[in-house]
Amino acid sequence: MSLKHHLISPLIGNNPITLQILGICSALAVTTTLSTAITMSVALTVVLCLSGGVISLMRHHIPPSIRLIIQITIVASIVIVIDQFMQAFMFEMSKRLSIFVGLIVTNCLVLGRAEAFVMRNPVLPSVLDGLGNGLGYSLILLIVGALREFLGTGGLMGVPLVTTVAEGGWFEPLGLMQLAPSAFFILGLLVWLVRVLRPEQVEQPEFRLKAAEDRRP
Amino acid sequence: MAELLSPIRNFFARSNDDLVKIIGMAVLVALVSSAAVSTAAVMLRPYQEANRAAERQARIDQMLDTLPGMRDLMMESGVDTLETRLVNLDDGSFASGADPAGFDLEAALQDPDASIALEADTDIAGIKRRANQSPVYLLQKDGDLKLIVLPVYGAGYQSTIRAALAIEADLTTIAALAIVEQGDTPGFGARIEEPEWLALWPGKKIADETGTVRIELVRGGASTPYEVDGISGATRTSTGLTNILRFWLGDKGFGPFLARLRQEGL
Repeated sequence: MSLKHHLISPLIGNNPITLQILGICSALAVTTTLSTAITMSVALTVVLCLSGGVISLMRHHIPPSIRLIIQITIVASIVIVIDQFMQAFMFEMSKRLSIFVGLIVTNCLVLGRAEAFVMRNPVLPSVLDGLGNGLGYSLILLIVGALREFLGTGGLMGVPLVTTVAEGGWFEPLGLMQLAPSAFFILGLLVWLVRVLRPEQVEQPEFRLKAAEDRRP
Repeated sequence: MAELLSPIRNFFARSNDDLVKIIGMAVLVALVSSAAVSTAAVMLRPYQEANRAAERQARIDQMLDTLPGMRDLMMESGVDTLETRLVNLDDGSFASGADPAGFDLEAALQDPDASIALEADTDIAGIKRRANQSPVYLLQKDGDLKLIVLPVYGAGYQSTIRAALAIEADLTTIAALAIVEQGDTPGFGARIEEPEWLALWPGKKIADETGTVRIELVRGGASTPYEVDGISGATRTSTGLTNILRFWLGDKGFGPFLARLRQEGL
């Protein structure tokens, strides 16, 4: 497997959200507007790359019996430092993301990649894997964020693109888009779309119902 | 150098199932992580403090904007912001000679001469120490007090709530409440920041005719002018805010100051 593969494959083919179904909670919470989605994407990608690099660097010296605690400690420290940075230099944004930056620690994606990939691979592929998965996550977040903000408010990045009914135009904002369930709908549609385009992603059912006539003696 | 490094090399050469290695790695990771986190926190604190201070000022300005006619009044008086004065909380007099802009609450709380320790039974706001002086913000026109804003703070559910209480010239009617800073649970306690909820406050009375402070947050169905609907699901935030207001409007807070204003005026 080439280095490029680590970077490219999580974008669509092995996307962390639509195929691995990881990190859904934050995908719901921070996608009401495009700008929060972008900031969250950048923060998560940075955390994934850094934690991938650090954990991979010391992977030979992580005792298996306490590996999860060590991984989560490293991830948590990186997240806290990033949160502190955002409170210092991106104060408005950190207020809007509130607890969700801190909750990157519990994002299944970070620990999932550490366990599944980083612990068994050298630094460079680990960082690239982190970057690839981060970008794959970002791609979905940006699509969901853009759709939700546009359909919910009629603008993007806070800039109105169409005139809403309230301001005398024709566009009726879909209030539902600003609520959490709409992110589920959009994610579901995205998963459907990806699996229509790439049928190999469709999982075979583990059990099939027997046809009725088979049961007859 | 080689002798110095060899114990370290020996340590890392140990098997990952070795007890010394397991405990050693745990301690090492914990130490390095905590060093990184505390360094970041300490180095970035000045920037974060500046952000928070700007935010507090913005919230007070925002509150002024919600008060009907307040901006016009300020235009007439020829000021663009409220006048800041320092008050001696014990006797309610204005502190003369001190620069209100230079008042540093954190420093005053550290200084035994500039603050007092509160007894557990009087410390209902959960602040442990109270500075002897506090800034107040006021608007006057031709010597008549038009509006006074009192900064209050204390323990909410899981964070310190800082608020600004604007009181009208009669010194009992609340003009507005602004939550300046809080970190309670998003979706529950943090809803005290919502404009819809803050809109319940104007017109409420802080005290009855006898001067007893009666303002409180109640669970559903506020029926008297002293009651405000609390936030459902955030009982402890609501209780905390009640206690904060009761403390700061009481004897240890701005009580003596308000009493003096009622009798003598500015």
